[in-house]
Amino acid sequence: MPPVQAIIAKELRSYFVSPIVYVVGGVFLLTFGFLAYLYIVFTGAQAIQLMQMQGGTAQINLNDLVFRNLFASMRFVLLLILPILTMRLLAEERKLRTFEFLMTAPIRVSEIIVGKFISVYLVFLGMLLLTTLVPLTLALFSDFDWYPVLTGYLGLLLLGGFFLAVGLFASSITENQIVAAFTSFGLLLMCWLLAGLGSLLGDTPAGQVVSYLSFMEHYDHLVRGLIDTKDLMYYVSGTVLMLFLAHRIVDASRWK
Amino acid sequence: MIEVCNITKRYGHLTAIDRVTFRVEKGEVLAFLGPNGAGKTTTMRILTSFIPATEGTAQVAGFDCAEQPEEVKKRIGYLPETPPVYQELTVAEYLGFVGKLRGLSGTSLTQALDRVTERLSLGSVRQRLIANLSRGYRQRVGLAQALIHDPPVLILDEPTVGLDPKQIIEIRELIKSLAGSHSVILSTHILPEATAVCQRVVIINGGRIVAEDTPDQLSARLRKSEKISVTLKAPPVNVAERFRDVPGVEHVLTTADPHTVLIECALGRDIREDVARFAVGQNWGLLEMKPVSMTLEDVFLKLTQREDEVPKSNDTTVGEQP
Repeated sequence: MPPVQAIIAKELRSYFVSPIVYVVGGVFLLTFGFLAYLYIVFTGAQAIQLMQMQGGTAQINLNDLVFRNLFASMRFVLLLILPILTMRLLAEERKLRTFEFLMTAPIRVSEIIVGKFISVYLVFLGMLLLTTLVPLTLALFSDFDWYPVLTGYLGLLLLGGFFLAVGLFASSITENQIVAAFTSFGLLLMCWLLAGLGSLLGDTPAGQVVSYLSFMEHYDHLVRGLIDTKDLMYYVSGTVLMLFLAHRIVDASRWK
Repeated sequence: MIEVCNITKRYGHLTAIDRVTFRVEKGEVLAFLGPNGAGKTTTMRILTSFIPATEGTAQVAGFDCAEQPEEVKKRIGYLPETPPVYQELTVAEYLGFVGKLRGLSGTSLTQALDRVTERLSLGSVRQRLIANLSRGYRQRVGLAQALIHDPPVLILDEPTVGLDPKQIIEIRELIKSLAGSHSVILSTHILPEATAVCQRVVIINGGRIVAEDTPDQLSARLRKSEKISVTLKAPPVNVAERFRDVPGVEHVLTTADPHTVLIECALGRDIREDVARFAVGQNWGLLEMKPVSMTLEDVFLKLTQREDEVPKSNDTTVGEQP
C-alpha cells in the first residue's frame, strides 16, 4: 500500500473514532433536511394560494422554488461546517508532536497534504451522498428537471473542495485547532464579501476581477444549471492553490 | 554509519549547536550525554533530516541529511522526545500505519508487527487504544514504531524517560541487543544509562561537544592522579606522613574514617604493590586496598561545569573552546 493510501486510511479511521464526523455530519444533514422541508412547505403554500386565485392546477417549478434556494443556502452551511472538519488535520499533528514523526517518515510533504485532503473530501462526499435522499424522495411525488439539480451538486462538490482546501491551509499555519477553524471562517467570509465589493465597483475591470475572485458568482452559475469552464477552473485552481500554500507552509516549518 | 562534520544550527541569534563533529561506526551504540538544552535534540533532528543544519554536513549511511532526505529517512528509526503516537488508534492499528508508511505490506508487515510486539512485550495491549495506555507503554509503542522496519540506524531521544526501573532495564537490554547489527545514538541525561548500554559517550553542553570517549577512558582522562584507598587495622597517628616515604606517593589524604587514607600518585603509575609491602612491613594490619575511580557522574559534572579544564583527547573529538 503506497504511503498516501496509508495516510487516507488512518485519517478516515481518526475521523470515525472521534465524535467529530458524527456531530458535524449530523448537523449538516439536519440543516439540509430542515431547509429542504421549509422550502417545500413554502412552495406548497404558494401552490395552494395560486390554485385558489387561478382555480384548477398551477404550474409550480420545484427547481426554482426548492432546489435553487436550497443550494444557495447550503453554501453558508458549508462555510460554517467544513472548517470544523479540517481544523484538526495538521494543527493536531503539531500539538501532539506527531508532526515530527510524519516529517521524518519516508513520505513526501505533498503526499501528506494530498492524503489528508482526500480523506476529508471523502468524509464530505459521504455527507453529500446522504443528502441525495431529498431529491430522490421528491422525485417520487413530483416532476422536476434533474439537470440543474445535478449541476447544483457539482457546485457543492467544487465549493466543498475549495472550502476544505482553505481549511487545510488554515490548519497548517497553527497548532491551535480553534485558531485554524477561525482562520478558515475568516478567509472564506472575506472571499464571500468580495462579491459585494465587486458589485459595488460595478462593471469596471477592477469590479470584474474582484467578482471573479469570490466564489459566489461561480457557484450561482452552477446552481442555475450553467456549466462554464471558467467556473470549473476557478474552483480547481483555487483548491490547488490552497493545497500548494499548505504544502509550502508545512515544508517551511522545518526551517524555523 | 553516521558522520557529522562541523554542524552548526542557529535560530536567529541563538546558537543551538556549534561546530559539532562526531561519528558512529556500524553496530556501535553512542550516548549523547548532556544537560537539558545542551543541543541533543537539535542534533538528532538534523540527523533525521527534520531540520537542516545552518552550516556543516551530516551523513547517514553515506547519504547527506540535507541533500538526500528520502534516502536518509528510509534508513533511520527515530524516537522523538515525546512518543509520536495517535491516541485514537489501537496499538496494532498505529504500528500497522507506521509499517505502511515505511513501505511494508502483506506478510512482511504482519511479521514486522509480530516481531516488534514480541520484542517490546506489547502483546497484552495490542488491541487497546493508545489513549488508555500508561506513559511506559506509550514509550514502548514509540520504540516499536522506530524498530518496525528494522532500520540500520536508530536515533532515540531519551528512550527510557517515564519508565519504571524494571522497564528501564528491559529497554537497556533491548538497546544492547541491537548493538552489533544496528548503529544507535541515544540521548540521555541519566549517566548510569550511558555507562550501562553505550560503547562510547559524547558529552555535549551549551551546544558544544566537550568530550568524547569510552566511559572508562573518560573517567581516566578526568582523573588528575591515581587514587588508592587504603584501610588499616592499626594505623599510627602520623600515618599520612609515614606513607610519604613510599616512592611515588604524592599526597596522602586522611578521611573521616581514621582507619582509611587516600593515597595519590602520578597519573599512570601503579604503586599499589609498594604501598602494600610498606604497610605490611610496618605491621599496620592491611585490611583493604582499592583504586578509586571517578564515576561517570563526576566526569559529567566536572565536564559540563568547568569545560575549560577538560583536556583535549587525541582523536577526532572536542569542540574548540572559546
